[in-house]
Amino acid sequence: MARRQPRNRNRTVITPEGVALPLVLASRGSRAAALFIDLILIVTAMTVTTLTLIWIAGGVGIKIGEVDADGPKSRAVQALAIVWIIAMFLFRNAWFLFFELGPRGATPGKRVTGIRIAARGTERLTTEAVIARNIVRDIELFMPIVFISSAIASGSDTDVAGWAGAIWCAIFLLFPFFNRDSLRCGDVIAGTWVVEAQNRKLGQALSVSAPAAAADQAFTFTSAELAVYGEYELQTLERVLREDKGSALDDVADAISRKIGRPYPYRAERVFLESYYIQLRAQLEQGLRLGRRKADKYAA
Amino acid sequence: MNEPANASLLGRLGGWFSPAASADIAAATSAALRSDRFRLEREGEWKRLEAIVSRIERGRLRGVSDEDLLALPALYRTAVSSLAVARETSLDAETLLWLEGLTRRAWFIVYGPRAGLGDWLLRFFGGGWGASVRALRSEILIALALMVAGTIVGWLLVASDPDWYYALIPGGMADARVPGASRAVLLRTLFGQQDQHGLAVFAAALFSNNAQVAILAFALGFAFGLPSALLLIQNTTMLGALLWLYHGQGLTLEIIGWLSVHGTTELYAILLAGAAGLHIGRAMAFPGEASVLDAAAAAGRRSAQVMVGVVLMLIVAGLLEGFARQLIDNTAGRLIVGTFMLVLWTVYFFVWRGAGKSA
Repeated sequence: MARRQPRNRNRTVITPEGVALPLVLASRGSRAAALFIDLILIVTAMTVTTLTLIWIAGGVGIKIGEVDADGPKSRAVQALAIVWIIAMFLFRNAWFLFFELGPRGATPGKRVTGIRIAARGTERLTTEAVIARNIVRDIELFMPIVFISSAIASGSDTDVAGWAGAIWCAIFLLFPFFNRDSLRCGDVIAGTWVVEAQNRKLGQALSVSAPAAAADQAFTFTSAELAVYGEYELQTLERVLREDKGSALDDVADAISRKIGRPYPYRAERVFLESYYIQLRAQLEQGLRLGRRKADKYAA
Repeated sequence: MNEPANASLLGRLGGWFSPAASADIAAATSAALRSDRFRLEREGEWKRLEAIVSRIERGRLRGVSDEDLLALPALYRTAVSSLAVARETSLDAETLLWLEGLTRRAWFIVYGPRAGLGDWLLRFFGGGWGASVRALRSEILIALALMVAGTIVGWLLVASDPDWYYALIPGGMADARVPGASRAVLLRTLFGQQDQHGLAVFAAALFSNNAQVAILAFALGFAFGLPSALLLIQNTTMLGALLWLYHGQGLTLEIIGWLSVHGTTELYAILLAGAAGLHIGRAMAFPGEASVLDAAAAAGRRSAQVMVGVVLMLIVAGLLEGFARQLIDNTAGRLIVGTFMLVLWTVYFFVWRGAGKSA
């Protein structure tokens, strides 16, 4: 891992095969949104469970107030109460664990916001790491909220110790804002971070989708005509061709035509651009194979 | 240009990578660009990888055939090497970005968590738990020393000035158990509660509460271990004060029996949680050769296993506290249960080494 991290959200990990893979860190906003969605889901699940258990208790024919009565009814209430306590514990602690251990590495909230967890550096994401990052959530989230809200609730009565505690907790809560990788304490301990999980479709190869042979005959550019542009312009042209918007095609075709001093027939801008793109790419890739890169039109 | 010769060479290379792809290669020769031919020759394998990855991501692991699962690592490596080659030879931004994305998704899966929760638990009980506890041996000794010190301090404080008792013991617990209480009153808190109702609920509630405390003791290790140490001392001063109170009325053995039923398990669990917290704190304060972040990550992963064990121990402790303590109404029986649990945990952690896995 590089020791100096850039200020933007682009990071690189090296796979064990030695290939650099770019990653984009999740923004703090999307992580907060994911957490919020998860909390809503957890509270909903807790409420549904509670209501179901009360409904079952009602079906057995007992009221919650009558726990003291001995006999089968009170045993049934006890059993339900145990189920309830264990369910609440699991919702609070196992929700994140269960979902983040899956192949997506994301809770439902993270899936909605399109982010997932990953291991920092070259190591693999381990079960222990997922456990470690979620076990710390308690002091990062639930404890500060309880502490700070109680400090605010008691208002002017709060003593110095109370405020000190609240500030101390706020440090944990706001930890992601104090480092460039927006790690929370759990991420630090577990060696993980949260990244965007992009998923894109593969477009058609341009030299196949274009009627290449015909285009080659229509326009053959000289090496000097191709030498005016570099990789940056090539990729801009690729984007324009893939988006396939009439006005943009016109503009770009005009610009190229002016630059290389070569007119193209009316309504032939797409063929013109495609053949220029393919020949420019062929030329630049040939240079690439020989170890010459031309980053953009300003490069020598 | 010598394009035909190159094309056939590429075709042969492609053939080495995947004998079945010759149809793709035939189609690829019609592409105008070398880099596009490179892409078309391999696209079939990439798409197969993508299909497998998508199915696994959607959580349908059972829908993936054995053949596909076996092919996954090889397909992943093909994609990685294709990416490395494409970066040096192709200027097709679309393909590069897509291939990067595909490799990343496959990397997450191929190098993802090796075991699901079930498999992991099997390994955990079959020796992984004990090994992780043994790895924290020095921290466990430190935490044990802190707990013993806390107990002694609690005893001495209350012995020097009984007013300390009210400062150490939370109000809810100190109903009948206050300094100056008669022997009979104290005895009643220890025995004769087996007609209580709702023991099971009590046990579950105790577990839930204790587990959160233990998780806190671990999580606080993040602040260089100091809060963990304080929490250990604070909890054991209570123990010391309680011991002093009953000692004053000659009930020392009885209170130890009353506590030991669940206490040996519970204190053991708190000991391990505190040790795990201290382990992280120590790794962050003295990271050694590694960076602070790396050291903290390594320590966190090591102690996370211990913490899962701690939660399980607290379930056992909650059950013992809720049932066994109230149902066994004599000191000898309580001491036997408590000692048995203590020996059981110690043997499981430190003597038994698991099935064929040396630590």
